Amino acid sequence: MSEALLEVQNLKKYYSSSKGMFRKFGDSVKAVDGVSFTIEKGEVFGLVGESGSGKSTIGKTILRLHDKTNGEVMFKGKDVFSLSKKELRNLRVQTQLVFQDPFSSLNPRLRVGDAIGEAMVEHGLVSKWEVRERVLEVMEKCGLSPFHIDRYPHEFSGGQRQRIVIARAMAINPEFIVMDEPVAALDVSIQAQIINLFSDLQRENGLSYLFISHDLSVVEHLCTKIAIMYLGNIVELAPKEELFDHPLHPYTKALLSAVPIPDPTAKRERIILKGDIPSPINPPSGCKFRTRCPMATDLCVKKAPDYRDTGGGHFVACHYI
Amino acid sequence: MNEMLLQVNHLQTNFYTENGVVKAVNDVSFAIREGETVCIVGESGCGKSITALSLMQLIPENGKVEGGEINFSGKNLLKLNKKDVRRLRGNEIGMIFQEPMTSLNPVFTIGEQMIEPIQEHLLLSKKDAYKKAMDLITMLGIPNAEKIVNLYPHELSGGMLQRIMIAIALSCNPKLIIADEPTTALDVTIQAQILDLLREIKKDFNTSILLITHDLGVVAEMADYVVVMYAGKVVEEGPVLELFKNPQHPYTKGLLKAKPVIGERKDRLYTISGQVPNLVDLQEACYFADRCEHAMDICRMKQPALTQMAKGQKAACWLYEDGENR
Repeated sequence: MSEALLEVQNLKKYYSSSKGMFRKFGDSVKAVDGVSFTIEKGEVFGLVGESGSGKSTIGKTILRLHDKTNGEVMFKGKDVFSLSKKELRNLRVQTQLVFQDPFSSLNPRLRVGDAIGEAMVEHGLVSKWEVRERVLEVMEKCGLSPFHIDRYPHEFSGGQRQRIVIARAMAINPEFIVMDEPVAALDVSIQAQIINLFSDLQRENGLSYLFISHDLSVVEHLCTKIAIMYLGNIVELAPKEELFDHPLHPYTKALLSAVPIPDPTAKRERIILKGDIPSPINPPSGCKFRTRCPMATDLCVKKAPDYRDTGGGHFVACHYI
Repeated sequence: MNEMLLQVNHLQTNFYTENGVVKAVNDVSFAIREGETVCIVGESGCGKSITALSLMQLIPENGKVEGGEINFSGKNLLKLNKKDVRRLRGNEIGMIFQEPMTSLNPVFTIGEQMIEPIQEHLLLSKKDAYKKAMDLITMLGIPNAEKIVNLYPHELSGGMLQRIMIAIALSCNPKLIIADEPTTALDVTIQAQILDLLREIKKDFNTSILLITHDLGVVAEMADYVVVMYAGKVVEEGPVLELFKNPQHPYTKGLLKAKPVIGERKDRLYTISGQVPNLVDLQEACYFADRCEHAMDICRMKQPALTQMAKGQKAACWLYEDGENR
């Protein structure tokens, strides 16, 4: 068993809407409502869910980009939320984030080389006269040409910009990267290039990723372990093969059957879920999925199912499994 | 075979920009029969949306349809005057866009926005139009029609709004629905609902659908006939089964291989190297040549024409020009 890099225990993050002009509504949005998982060293952990499931909130909270409401996040055995200022700075060198939109995550007034080199200098990892050399090294690793170093972000296409963002994240040699929908904005042919780059970087540097995505086919390709989220909870978590070959939760099954397959001869049973995702301000009682679940009963209305291990690290939260 | 509904011949739409002329739609031809779903697939900037907008003559101001003809049930749409084009939009051709959140007016209720085109095009009284709107909402599987018509767009979810958009597009019983990336902004489970709905509409009303998408999965599920576009050109077209089973153009092959598919579990994804060329002032050459594994000398000198292949497929590639591999 390899060591745990990141342990999340019963993490909760509520956004309160009780301030300001909407005071009278006073409800909180339960973006993340009691989530537990572990990411081991060298693992690519996939977090899948539809909009509003809380997957991005988890990504930001575990890196302490905002506060938690409750629960525990341990990075390399240390509680992320009780780090001293110095230790927190240290955490920032070990972890990095890559966002979905490469157009808004680069400063338009910073040359590519400066954007990539900034963090190295800031954290004192290289001396000023070594920066350019190191930047060029990282750029080459990420498939950028040396002459790109003095250009500005607007001169690049979406795929190239995502390479710049990745190079910026890789520049300080992090151990753990949170990727929030990093290929969702890219075209298929460019998406494949970037996904291969992720695999290469991961293999060469022994990195661990938290890969947040709504695209099950990308997650299956890249990840080793996958968690499926619905309205702030993990409904199922399992190693990749297990999850795709033997999905247990009705939501996972529906999600898998809803993904269009590029093969017109493929015959399969499609489960079409009724209705919309309920609002996280006022989620259904009991099991949150029950309003759309084809097998929901009275028990699901009354009681939320336990999140438990069904064996072999296959976790699921459903009364009927 | 059903009768031909729409025939696009050598359509040419150019944009005049500061940097030069962009041939966004460059000599594009295709046809749609009654009750058929045709998908135009391609990556961003390939001209698929502009093709759709050219049909409706809704292209932005710096663009112009400069050549070709669009025959829709016997009329050349490019020869019609503004008033007739307006009659046609909504009446005989309905359109659904990618962003349901931005395609509806935020300051009018759903009901008002549904009733207006019905009154305008079908010349019904307000009362009858209201009744028709209610019927449509119920038909599309939205509960509480009475309540929904009084709501504003921001009070509905994306999936609901897209249903409303489809209801509006359907309201005048069009012969053709143009759907431009109708599910791209929606979640997977909602996408499944909307695609299902479109399939039912096609079955029940024998409506033709022109579906624009970048997602090959959606194409495989919806299309009868597929048109693949690259850099403003049609590079390959054919019946859906043939095209997926036996793609001919290197670009189509690459696209199909580059997309991760559930259950395949490859070690590495196939990649098409490089990126889409800048469409300003392109030279006479195959536009895909710089990214193509099979590029030959002739590819960089002359543009290949769409060539008829076996089983109703067509491809524009010099590999097939000499009669081999047919």
